Amino acid sequence: MTDHDTPIAAAQPAKIVPPQAMGANIRELAIRYGFLLLLAVMLVYFSIATSGFASPQSAVFILQSVSITGILALGVTATMVVGGFDLSIGSVATTAMMASSYIMVILNGDALTAIAVCLLIGIVIGLVNGFLVVYMRVPDLLATLGMMFLLVGLQRIPTEGRSIATGMSLPDGSTATGSFSPAFLALGRHKFDFLLPNLVPVSVVVLIVLAILIWFFLEYTRFGRMMYAVGSNERAAELAGAPVNAYKMFAYVISGVFASIGGILLAARLGRGDIASGNNLLLDAVAAALIGFAVLGVAKPNAFGTAVGALFVGVLLQGLTMMNAPYYTQDFVKGAVLVIALVFTFALSERGKR
Amino acid sequence: MNEEPVFRVEGLRKSFGRIQVLGGVDLSLRAGSVTALMGANGAGKSTLVRIVSGVYARDAGHISLAGQIFSPSSPAEAIRAGVVTVHQNINDGVVADLDVATNLTLDRLNGRSAPWFFNPRRVRREAKAVADRMGLSLDLGVGISGLSLADRQMVAIARAMAHEPKVLILDEPTSSLSSAEAERLFQLVDRLRARGVAILYISHRMSDIRRLADSIVSLRDGRITGTFTGPDLDYEGAVNAMLGKAISHDGIAVRDGGATVLGAEELMLSPSARPFDFVLREGEVVAVTGLVGVGKTALAETLFGARQPFAGRMSLDGRRYQPRTPQEAIAEGVFLVAKDRADNGIVPDFNIYENISLPFLKRLARVGGVSSRGSERGEAKRQISALGIVCRSERDEMHTLSGGNQQKVMVARWLSQPCRLLVLDEPFQGVDIAARRDIAEKLRASAQGRATVVFLTELDEAFEIADRILVMSEQTLAGEHLNAGIDVSKLLAEIAGQHEMVN
Repeated sequence: MTDHDTPIAAAQPAKIVPPQAMGANIRELAIRYGFLLLLAVMLVYFSIATSGFASPQSAVFILQSVSITGILALGVTATMVVGGFDLSIGSVATTAMMASSYIMVILNGDALTAIAVCLLIGIVIGLVNGFLVVYMRVPDLLATLGMMFLLVGLQRIPTEGRSIATGMSLPDGSTATGSFSPAFLALGRHKFDFLLPNLVPVSVVVLIVLAILIWFFLEYTRFGRMMYAVGSNERAAELAGAPVNAYKMFAYVISGVFASIGGILLAARLGRGDIASGNNLLLDAVAAALIGFAVLGVAKPNAFGTAVGALFVGVLLQGLTMMNAPYYTQDFVKGAVLVIALVFTFALSERGKR
Repeated sequence: MNEEPVFRVEGLRKSFGRIQVLGGVDLSLRAGSVTALMGANGAGKSTLVRIVSGVYARDAGHISLAGQIFSPSSPAEAIRAGVVTVHQNINDGVVADLDVATNLTLDRLNGRSAPWFFNPRRVRREAKAVADRMGLSLDLGVGISGLSLADRQMVAIARAMAHEPKVLILDEPTSSLSSAEAERLFQLVDRLRARGVAILYISHRMSDIRRLADSIVSLRDGRITGTFTGPDLDYEGAVNAMLGKAISHDGIAVRDGGATVLGAEELMLSPSARPFDFVLREGEVVAVTGLVGVGKTALAETLFGARQPFAGRMSLDGRRYQPRTPQEAIAEGVFLVAKDRADNGIVPDFNIYENISLPFLKRLARVGGVSSRGSERGEAKRQISALGIVCRSERDEMHTLSGGNQQKVMVARWLSQPCRLLVLDEPFQGVDIAARRDIAEKLRASAQGRATVVFLTELDEAFEIADRILVMSEQTLAGEHLNAGIDVSKLLAEIAGQHEMVN
């Protein structure tokens, strides 16, 4: 009731640019393009400082190193857009990896069945997550944390805690008869010719295709726009006629499916269902999506930012590795980048101030 | 009871920036007496309460309590001095995760003299003493979250009364209570009055005020516009003073409506409300007025499918109309400009044109749901010039706009596509006079081809915009007037809820 019926509230925004606006403009530019500029500077610096960084092979290697986390990050971006979160993506990916291995190695299934089942798993988990959040009113972080736990345990039950590999011995003493089909393994090992023969791996192509798809969906379709509206003001979106619950469910399904695609690629790359792998997937993916808030200074989840965020981390780690930084500093570097990006997002941008 | 006032406010002033909220308020409260404070939204009630309870500092004026100067610098100091406030939002007054006993003694857990260790038995003993004194019969071990709103309210009041205050301020205490729950609260207020507490009772509800008030004070635009005492309180005069006597209505060429667009029969908004009928016709602007909390928003949301009526039928252009969701209402051509734009309207991350196109993305999109920003921006530009929205471009962020211009964007959203029935719920809330004129003019100018219904608490605004005025009181319709040669005293009587006596 502080500003009711006050003519002052109608004061027009100033049309003349005051002197301090120059500084504000520079700051705005810095917020907007700061991260992209930093990425460019890094690329230039590593190209000069190390030999071999500026090569197609190195670029592809960076892309490959971030492809799976990037795909997961694009999925979790969708849930962030509707104002939610998905902590279960890492375990959905490892569940898909274990499921595809189980189908091929133990059930003698073919590649197509394995992939179809994994995608189905992603859809079902997404629906359950959405159901918990939307209809059971469990807060998103808690619901998906529970799902994460559940899946970490569930994926170990069929093999009694063992990793799955061709020719493994089964709990009943016999030996597994199936094996990874060559078609499936090709997803992890085949490389397309691009500029150079055998250059671009399948996972990088999948990453690029999914990134373009989700980016186009979120930015250029009415469904994506409504999802942003739901995330920004749910009640307003509802009163504008949006089926809010359906959009939220859909976001969790996207997240589940993307995570299961990540898991399929992981299984194909490793050639086994390794229960110890994929530990870092969740944190890396979430970090990429959060770094994405700062790219372009929009301070909200966006697919382009997420892709750049993943790339940023990949470039930095590859560059540091080529400059002989030890592997155990990697998590520290990722964490530092994330914290800086979060400060960019929340302290410096206009949105953070509101 | 008719001794000197125990609490006296003189010449109280308060401004926020250049906006004056209180312009010299005088108020006195007597021991053992209930003073009702009435005022419309924005009249300054909450500011007055916050100053008296030590939340805000005053700009000018004197307050005295039992002859002593009273100038609290914090809520805790006000409580220690003997002025206790129970705020409107019940859940702000209790801690939901703790039990009743702890809630009743919560204030004793703080302060220098409070013990370091939490002794449940001692807390229970103290809580029982507090509850007994208030005649509160609740299980002290039960958690607050398991209590009804009314019981939580009782706990909040009992806790406040543990300080033995001289002055108790109740800020709209019944706004979320049912009538049976409210009656329990009234009995409690009666007991407190009998014990000699001076009570300031803030409410919009006439039924509360009739039941409790020994005197009534009306507040309007930061000034006291009427004080009513004596055995026969002039309720109508109090409402009149609260809404403003100088009700001017000119410049409206009242039109008759055309064909019936929306008809409602035997509509009941809640199980206890009287059923009512009404029609809205093409080309006319109908205002529905009434005090806060009489069901205006409930009716607006019912028309829009955001709420289901308890009983009754509606028809749109002669066909049966029963929207289950806003989506269905929009598809049938019924649009709602919701009240409280920050909560229900604005998407803060979206700019002006994205906010305007929000409900119509499907209609504006190309094949396959690909959005067409070009046509969205074109439509937004048309609306910006039609409503005179002050902005640099249609891509401006919403938070750069003033309240009036934000509201214009909300109205523009729903004017950007043709509809059969346009519903507006408090469209002039937090809107300056110039923007209000622009919106009202645009609504009247564009009224042909649809029915328009505007829900308004402020009577002036209804006179300014409507061809026909419907009055709501206690979840039902209490009267209907053509906005020409209106019988203002009859209208005010209906608003004050005296229709039953009139009938």
